[in-house]
Amino acid sequence: MPASLPDVDPLIARLATTIAPTLTPDTVIVGIHTGGVWVAERLHAMLHCALPLGMLDISFYRDDFSRIGLHPQVKPSNLPFDLEGRAILLVDDVLHSGRTVRAAMNELFDYGRPASIRLAVLVDRGGHELPIRPDFTGLTLTVPAHQNINLSRLDDGHLTLSLA
Amino acid sequence: MNPQLTADGRLRHLLTLDGLPRAILTQILDTAESFMDVGEREVKKVPLLRGKSIFNLFFEPSTRTRTTFEIAAKRLSADVVNLNIATSSQTKGEAILDTVDNLAAMHADMFVVRHSQSGAAHFIARHVAPHISVINAGDGRHAHPTQGLLDMFTIRRFKGEFHNLTVAIVGDVLHSRVARSQIHALTTLGVPEVRVIGPKTLLPTGVEQMGVKVFHTMEAGLAGCDVVIMLRLQSERMKGALLPSAQEYFKFFGLTPEKLALAKPDAIVMHPGPMNRGVEIDSEVADGPQSVILPQVTYGIAVRMAVMALLAGGTTA
Repeated sequence: MPASLPDVDPLIARLATTIAPTLTPDTVIVGIHTGGVWVAERLHAMLHCALPLGMLDISFYRDDFSRIGLHPQVKPSNLPFDLEGRAILLVDDVLHSGRTVRAAMNELFDYGRPASIRLAVLVDRGGHELPIRPDFTGLTLTVPAHQNINLSRLDDGHLTLSLA
Repeated sequence: MNPQLTADGRLRHLLTLDGLPRAILTQILDTAESFMDVGEREVKKVPLLRGKSIFNLFFEPSTRTRTTFEIAAKRLSADVVNLNIATSSQTKGEAILDTVDNLAAMHADMFVVRHSQSGAAHFIARHVAPHISVINAGDGRHAHPTQGLLDMFTIRRFKGEFHNLTVAIVGDVLHSRVARSQIHALTTLGVPEVRVIGPKTLLPTGVEQMGVKVFHTMEAGLAGCDVVIMLRLQSERMKGALLPSAQEYFKFFGLTPEKLALAKPDAIVMHPGPMNRGVEIDSEVADGPQSVILPQVTYGIAVRMAVMALLAGGTTA
């Protein structure tokens, strides 16, 4: 367990470098609210994507809805392109159980049938509960189950990771 | 204690907008905003209420309100059962509760209730088990909270904010549960000037105590308004001594292009439907560029989805 977490910017730069050779002109980048959208915005700019950025709020697809209810701040999903037959790069900040990614894939399929979905995450912290693994990872860590790793954005737009 | 809220302040039933905090109204409107695009997708459904059973209990007929509740429930993937129950066989409260108990025994999760008697939804809400939610879809002259909410959603969509608006509610306020819900919501959301316009016989005595300004002519009441909400005039009111005739009413209180010109040029016109064309509203206005009456219907689905989702979530915690 590292005492301090690495800077986010080099991690995103590394992600972009590994993703770049795999991008096709019709690939769309879709970030998962909220942290995934921040990372996706950076990747979208670094990779010079021509197609607009997609944003997904998976609140309506969560598997713990009947237990904890609706997230107090649901944001609208915004996918300003036709998903049918597209290659999708799905982006999230932290991969933990994999339940968020499952929910995101369920939601994507309600918009159409994509040709493929690949997953990029800033941090894979372990603790997977579903057969979901990232295709691109900025940082792999093992974080104990009782701890959370969070991405936050400062007022100046700077992204930082913290452990709580 | 507010019977609509849980001990920790979350929505448990939706019975009236009276006394609901602004934060909850805003939460419902924000959630509805997120549901807006579901109706435009390839698959017009989200899986949120999968496996839940919602019963539409309509003791008073209403095709449109029942249909929008049904669509809202289905877009949330709930199972919906519609029951239109003739009021004649349901005059006693005991009979209503028997019906409710039977449906609860069929594992109902939510009741949407419309009844001609004020307080019917409260009566059922007090009776049901803790995991069951009740939505008032209109009770007598008392309240129609989801209509009030969809009207607020419509105003926010077209006007952006509430704090700088003048809103007029025109017509039969006395018999209108819609007007009561609108007034509560508008004042809670911070609209600085809410007006009611109508003949003395159709405005409740003491309506000023709800925080509204009273006008008896369209000329005075519509001047400078941002939003004009027309109410349906029930034809049975004409039979009593309250009004002389539909023609006479239209002359003084019907919304024509000439009268609408008194409001701000960008004022929007709303109506909860169904409209009496040529009684409370001229077709030229109802179908004109300032009318947002059909968007109200569309927004009603997203708003009812939001209410159902907020009520159904987290109940097994």
